[in-house]
Amino acid sequence: MDDATDNAPAGGSISGSESIAESRDALARAGYLADEPASLVSHLAQRLGKPVLVEGPAGVGKTELAKALARATGRELIRLQCYEGLDEAKALYEWNYRKQLLRIQAGTTAQASELEPEDGGSRDAEAVMSDIFAEDFLLTRPLLAAIASPQPVVLLIDEIDKTDQEFEAMLLEVLSDFQISIPELGVVEASSMPLVLLTSNDSRELTEALKRRCLYLWLDYPDAEREVEIIRLHEPGIDEALARRLVEVVGMVRELDLKKPPSIAESIDWARALLLLGADQIDAEIFQQTMSIIVKHRTDLDLVAERVGVRLAGAVPGGSAP
Amino acid sequence: MERGPAAIAPQLVSFTEELRSEGVAVGTSEILDAFAAVEEIPWNRREDFREALAATMAKSQEDRRVFELVFDRWLFRAAELEALTQDDGAEGVDGDSTGVDSTGERFDLDELRETIRQAIVEGSDGQMRDLAQLAVAAFGRRGEGSGVVGVDVQRIRRSLGLTPGSTAADGSQEEPELDRDDVRRFEQHLRRELERGLIERTGKLPPSRPLAELDRALPTSPIQDLASVHRSVTQLKRRLATLGNEQRGRRRSRVVDVRRTMRTSLETGGVPLRLRYRPKRPKRPEIYVLCDVSTSVTSASMFFLSVLHALHDSFRKLRSFVFIERISEVTDVFEQERDFRKVSERISRDGGVADVSGYTDYGRVWLEFLGEISADLDPRSTVIVLGDARTNGRDPQPAAFAQLTERAGRTFWLNPEPRLYWNYGDSVMSAYEPHTTRAFECWTTRHLEEFVDVVAGGPGNVN
Repeated sequence: MDDATDNAPAGGSISGSESIAESRDALARAGYLADEPASLVSHLAQRLGKPVLVEGPAGVGKTELAKALARATGRELIRLQCYEGLDEAKALYEWNYRKQLLRIQAGTTAQASELEPEDGGSRDAEAVMSDIFAEDFLLTRPLLAAIASPQPVVLLIDEIDKTDQEFEAMLLEVLSDFQISIPELGVVEASSMPLVLLTSNDSRELTEALKRRCLYLWLDYPDAEREVEIIRLHEPGIDEALARRLVEVVGMVRELDLKKPPSIAESIDWARALLLLGADQIDAEIFQQTMSIIVKHRTDLDLVAERVGVRLAGAVPGGSAP
Repeated sequence: MERGPAAIAPQLVSFTEELRSEGVAVGTSEILDAFAAVEEIPWNRREDFREALAATMAKSQEDRRVFELVFDRWLFRAAELEALTQDDGAEGVDGDSTGVDSTGERFDLDELRETIRQAIVEGSDGQMRDLAQLAVAAFGRRGEGSGVVGVDVQRIRRSLGLTPGSTAADGSQEEPELDRDDVRRFEQHLRRELERGLIERTGKLPPSRPLAELDRALPTSPIQDLASVHRSVTQLKRRLATLGNEQRGRRRSRVVDVRRTMRTSLETGGVPLRLRYRPKRPKRPEIYVLCDVSTSVTSASMFFLSVLHALHDSFRKLRSFVFIERISEVTDVFEQERDFRKVSERISRDGGVADVSGYTDYGRVWLEFLGEISADLDPRSTVIVLGDARTNGRDPQPAAFAQLTERAGRTFWLNPEPRLYWNYGDSVMSAYEPHTTRAFECWTTRHLEEFVDVVAGGPGNVN
C-alpha cells in the first residue's frame, strides 16, 4: 500500500495482519483478550509503524499487552524498565571502559617491548584510538539493542512516567526516526522496524512532543463479561458461576475508594487460590480468609472487610434462597 | 459508503478544526497520522473509525472526552448536511435503512413502550436509534410537540414511562430495573431524532454551538483554563530546577576536594599537580505550598487548587497543605489522584480543615504549621502561601509567620485579590508582607507567569 507496510517486517505471523479481527485473534491465541480499542490500536501500530503510548490505572494489563504482542508476532521482547534517574548509559549504550583499558594496555606494552621510534608510536596511538571506539567495545543497552537487532523486536518502555522529562527528550530521536546517534561511531539506524509500546500510569503529564509521536491507547478495567473470560482463559478449571461471582465481588471492591484497587492479575491469583482451596462459593468466611490476595493495604483491608464482607454475609442466604 | 480518503480529507480537516476550537491541541503530524490510520481500517464500522481517529488525535483522557463530544456533534452535522444537499432523505453516515418508518404505523403506544424498554435493558444501540425514530413519529402524530427539543425529549420519556430504576408498567413480568445511563443514552437518541426532524422541516442546520463549559469540566472561575495554568507551572518548574546552578565566571566558588586531590597526586609521585574539586550537587528545590480554601476565596480556590495540581505534576519534592481554620496536609491526595475534579472533591470531603465557623484563622494556621512542620524547613526550602490574608478579625500572629519565614529560605505570597484591595476590611496583608521574600497579586494566569518570571529571573534580587 505505502512504505509504512513495507517497513513492517515479514517475520511475525500477524505483522502483516490484514484486519483488526485478525490481530485480535492473534492476541487471543497469545493469551490476551483485547477489547476493541486495544486490538484496533495494535493493528494500527503494526501497519503504520508508530509507537503506542498505553495509559491506564495500574494492573489493567498494559505490560501484558506488550508481552502478548511479542508472543503473537513471534518477536523477541526487549524491555526497558524506567525509574527516576535512568540515564542514557543505562538505556542506550555505554562504552566498555574496562575492555578499552585492557586494549590500551595491551597496545602500550607491545609498543614498549618493541621500542619503536617516536612517530611510529603516535600513529599507533591513533590506531588504538579508532580501535577502541569500535562496536566491539560498545555495551548495548535495551534501546540500542532494539534498534540494532537484525530481527524485528517488540520494544517495551515500561512506566515512562517514572523518568525525568530529559529522558523523554532523549527518546524522541529513537521513536520518530528509529535511529541513535553515537558521537564516536555515527548514526545507528534501525535495520528492522521495532514495534514500540510505552506504558504510563499517568502519574504525571508526559510532554507534548512525546505524545505527538505516539498513538494513544487508554486501557481501563475490563467489563465484567470480559474479565470472566480472562479469568477462565488463565484458570480453565474454574466453574463459570464462581468466576462470575468472583468478578462481581472484585467489581464491588474496585468501587470502594481504595489506595490500590485490585488488578486483573490479582483477580486471576484469587481465582487460583479459590481453586486450590476447593471453594465452590464465595461466602463471607472464604472472603475473609482470602481477601489479602486482592487487597494489599492495611487501611484498605479494614475498609473492604467492613463494606464488602458485611454485604457478602447478608447476601449469601438471600442469594441461595430462590 | 464507498468514499476514499481523498473525499474525506476536507471533512477530517474540518473535524480537526472543530477539535482545535475546543482546545484539543492537534498538530499537523497528528492529522497526517489520522489519514494514514483511516486508510488502514474498514469503513463500515463507526466504532473502528472513531477509535482510529481518537488514537491518533486525542492523547489524554481529558482530550478523549472532548473528542467524543465533538465527534458525535460533527458526525451528526455532517450526515445532516449530506441529507440536505441530496434532499432525498438519505440518512447519511450511520443510516441503516431498515425501513422502520413504514412499519411504524402498526405499533400502538403500549407495544412501543414495551419494545423500547426491552431495547434499553438490552442496551442495543442500533435498536434504540430506530425506536427513538418511532417514538418521535408516534409522539408527533398525537400532536403534543412543543417545538423545543429539550422539552420534547422529557415529554416523550415521561409518556413512555421510562424512569430510571422503575420496573415494567404492568408489574406482572420479572423485569430488570432500568439503568440510569441506558435511559440517558435513549434520551440522546431521542434528542438526535428530534433535531433531525427540526432540520428537515426548516431545511437548514442550526449554528454549531461550542460545548458548554459544564461539559468541559474545567475550573469555571473568571480566570483561566487549567491548561494555561499547567503551562506556566511547567515553566516555573524548569526555571526553579536550574536555579542557582548556573556558574558565573570560570569555576566560580568551586571547592577543592582534598581527599581526591591527594589520591590523584599518587600518580605524580605525591606532587598534587592536578586539583580535584568537589562535584557540584544541583540544588533540589523543596517546596511547601499552603493553600487557603475558605469561602472568602471560593472563586480563587479553584484556581489555587489547579495551581497546586499542576505543581504536583512537576515537582517531586512538594508538600501541599490546605487550610481554613486549621491546616491539613494533602500531599497524599494529590499523589493518588490524577483527576483534578476528584482531587477537589476529596479535599472538600476529608480535608478536615474547617473546625466550627468555617472562617479562616491565619494566626492559628501559622502556629500549627510552625509546631508540626517547621522542623523540616531549612534554607533550601521555598514556602508559597496562596491566600487573601483575611483573618476575620482574629489575631494574625505576625510573629509566628516571621519565625516561619526565617526558617525557610524563601517565602512567596500569592494573593488572589488585586493589590488595591489589600489591607481593606479584615485583610492584614501589611502584617505579613514585610516578612515574605515578595508578595504578588495573582488572579490571572498572566500574574502567575509574572510570578514565575520574578522567581526565576533574578535569584540575586530575591534571595
